[in-house]
Amino acid sequence: MRVLGWIYLALAYGFIFLPVGALVLFSFQDGRLPVPPFNGPTVKWYADVLGDRDLMAALVNSLMVAAASSAVALVLGFLAAQGLARVALPGSVVMRGLLIAPMTVSYLIIALGLLSAFNHIGLRPSLMAAGIGHVVINLPLCFAILFAAMGAHQQNAERAARDLGASELRVLWHVSAPMLRPALLAAFFLSFTFSWDEFIIAFLLTRFDVTLPVEIWSMLRSGLSPATNAIGSLVFLVSVALLVVLEFTVFRKVRK
Amino acid sequence: MTADVAVQSVRQTFNTFTALHRIDLEIAAGEFVVLLGPSGCGKTTLLSILGGFLTPTEGRVLIGGRDMTHVAPKDRPTTTMFQDYALFPHMSLRDNVAFGPRMRGSGRGDRNRRAEEMLALVGLADKAGRRPHELSGGQRQRVALARALAVDPDVLLLDEPLGALDLKLRRQMQEELKAIQRKVGTTFVHVTHDQEEAMAIADRIVVMNEGRIEDLGTPQKIYLEPRSLFSAGFMGEVNRIPVRPAGQGAESALGPLALTTDKPGTLCLRPENVGLKGSLALGPARLTDAAFFGTYHRCHFTPVAAPDMQIVAHLPLGDLPETGAEVALWGTNPMILEAA
Repeated sequence: MRVLGWIYLALAYGFIFLPVGALVLFSFQDGRLPVPPFNGPTVKWYADVLGDRDLMAALVNSLMVAAASSAVALVLGFLAAQGLARVALPGSVVMRGLLIAPMTVSYLIIALGLLSAFNHIGLRPSLMAAGIGHVVINLPLCFAILFAAMGAHQQNAERAARDLGASELRVLWHVSAPMLRPALLAAFFLSFTFSWDEFIIAFLLTRFDVTLPVEIWSMLRSGLSPATNAIGSLVFLVSVALLVVLEFTVFRKVRK
Repeated sequence: MTADVAVQSVRQTFNTFTALHRIDLEIAAGEFVVLLGPSGCGKTTLLSILGGFLTPTEGRVLIGGRDMTHVAPKDRPTTTMFQDYALFPHMSLRDNVAFGPRMRGSGRGDRNRRAEEMLALVGLADKAGRRPHELSGGQRQRVALARALAVDPDVLLLDEPLGALDLKLRRQMQEELKAIQRKVGTTFVHVTHDQEEAMAIADRIVVMNEGRIEDLGTPQKIYLEPRSLFSAGFMGEVNRIPVRPAGQGAESALGPLALTTDKPGTLCLRPENVGLKGSLALGPARLTDAAFFGTYHRCHFTPVAAPDMQIVAHLPLGDLPETGAEVALWGTNPMILEAA
């Protein structure tokens, strides 16, 4: 029985990691096509990719959009959660529901909605537009994570801070934010990865300057090449790095 | 620093519920006042109004003669020591205590000196670098006290601060609180539902019930001469015997008693004031059972004249009659209160 368990585990992991493994393996393919047989290792495709100016520009764009949109979503989500946790307004349940609702809407619908809205107000497709789109999808996430992390313990500490002479801003800065640090970091890094991976909104809302997923998509249109595998591997590497950072900073602390 | 407090016809309602009915209360500067009452009596509401966390529906609050009714907590000369301590978990004890001075614009050196001075006052000088989670309940309690006192408030408000501690630690902290209050001279307003705690620390006790002040005065006055039946019962166990005027004395279920009363009321006798000697004859009674309590025997007597009634007496050691024996019961310090 024990053996069966191990076999099942191996199959499950194989199923999950085979595509990624193949992607990484064939990024080292010495040949024109990223398909078996494997002709021996080369790093030439990585050199190509890293030397490609458009790709590198797209990578920088992606990092910028991810960082900026996550930061904005985090601040807005934090303030919304703080406000709704503290004040009992009539209809605050409805407000909470409205804030989280965009999570249930498909990215395609959000992108279409934003496209027509931006068109109406004259905002051209750009990195800024894509960034706003990413705030729209990440704000509910940040809000939900932070709202769930708040408790009576924190509200009492905030009340004590006010009692000791702290203004609202200083309460947020010196007490609320530090007490929510693990949740804030988790929300930021999750938003960052979502924005980093996001394609549909970025595709519909950018034009000349594009994010990395959009650039990869346009590369794929000219057919398969180990170069796309190489860039895919790099993106994967960034995601893994983020996950490791998250594991060692945020979740370690939460457990303690 | 210290200041007097005046609560002037303060009324507080929450939707249809009236938490406080027109409360008037004067607290002298430097006084240690305890608000005592069962849960839901309005004592915590009154404390929140003093701290500025609630604005009363009607009435005024003066602190040091200045109207504070609509002043926010952060701008009041009051600080609160909360029931759950509400320490900042991400800060060292030094930073916790220095928080108030920091918010009031004191520099790093000054506020750290102040924090260490306050931690020394509560006996935690050697733990300034620790975090709250490394401390025991009693130590957290002291940090909360040091933090509240670090801003040198005129009035310190204490919201059941000893509620979470075990009995022994509680008694010890009561003595410390009292000692610290004497030392700093700040006006303390302390909320509790524990009448022993109230007697141990208060200069003056305010007994509250259902949003009203039932009684107020020194612990001795409230225990010995309560103003109402509620107050008498809340401050400690009491035997209640209904009496009505009859001729020169009073009539009761026990028979005629040598008391003067002009209207029907309740004779209240504390168990330690009932015994085999005394000034007020209560007639013959039978001892039904007794238990040894260390410093006294706790006895239940059934009066011969009223077999349905039970009288509790604390008899001194060595005075115990046989169970079932019939003895003459006497009372001392009788109090007659009007029926509520």
